[in-house]
Amino acid sequence: MNRSLIALISAAASGIIFGIGLSIGRMTDPQKIWNFLDIAAIPSGGWDPSLAFVMGGGVLVGLVGLRLERWLGLTKPIAAPAFIKTHRVRIDAPLVIGAAVFGVGWGLSGFCPGPSVADLGLVPGDVYPFTIAMFVGSWVAGQFLEWSERSPSRTADARAG
Amino acid sequence: MQNFTPLSATVGGLLIGLSATILWVVNGRTAGISNIAGGIYPIRRSDELWRWVFLIGLPVGAYLGFVAAPAIFAEVPKTLPVITLTPVWLIGTGLLVGVGTRVGRGCTSGHGICGLSRLSVRSLVAVATFMATAMITVFIVRHVV
Repeated sequence: MNRSLIALISAAASGIIFGIGLSIGRMTDPQKIWNFLDIAAIPSGGWDPSLAFVMGGGVLVGLVGLRLERWLGLTKPIAAPAFIKTHRVRIDAPLVIGAAVFGVGWGLSGFCPGPSVADLGLVPGDVYPFTIAMFVGSWVAGQFLEWSERSPSRTADARAG
Repeated sequence: MQNFTPLSATVGGLLIGLSATILWVVNGRTAGISNIAGGIYPIRRSDELWRWVFLIGLPVGAYLGFVAAPAIFAEVPKTLPVITLTPVWLIGTGLLVGVGTRVGRGCTSGHGICGLSRLSVRSLVAVATFMATAMITVFIVRHVV
């Protein structure tokens, strides 16, 4: 079996397992996300910490899994030419502003990107306006970021800053 | 605590970690949904196809999990998620999430699960920021307005 086919099967398996995980953890339900984000409900006992357990479970496996290549001595992935990850380390304005805007949208909707795509398998007729708008928002912002990185004045500003 | 489902939440999280592990070790990619979704168009290289395949897997998996979960975990409801928001509200908030995750370069999976697993300070700052603004937003919507 050739490597690109293995890579596609692996991507499919990864997506399916991710979707099963979201669904079992009930992260597909915006009500459950709101019940986590509503920390004012802690004193009354109405708070639902489940989301933290989902993240905790994911990080627990990730701490091992995302380092596995070092322990296995892999110089490249099993079915791809190279490990691709960001080299960004700087805490910059786009990171904080983007995360802040995302948080507002997440709080207002109860949806982050994964569950909004996963819910196309559960309640497609209800969720699709969000999912499509999310793709459009990401694409437009991506075009703007590419443009601003190419623009000479912005580059000069970035260097000066 | 009402509606708290610790067992199924932890198992769900472990599965997401397994998914991220497979995508990393086999494909050399990070399982950040906003990043994967951000690169699906235009389809110009073979780099885009795996993204589509992964994203189509999400709803398939969600459906399988929805059918299987209540049989395995008594705590998981058998009901479909209920979306009470209007289409206009969904579009507005979808745009915020799309723009925010693109500019901030990550979401709950990319910064949250993968970034924290890599002990990235950048991701920790992002997670603290979006958790804070999301919690403030929900506080305002539920308890102030």
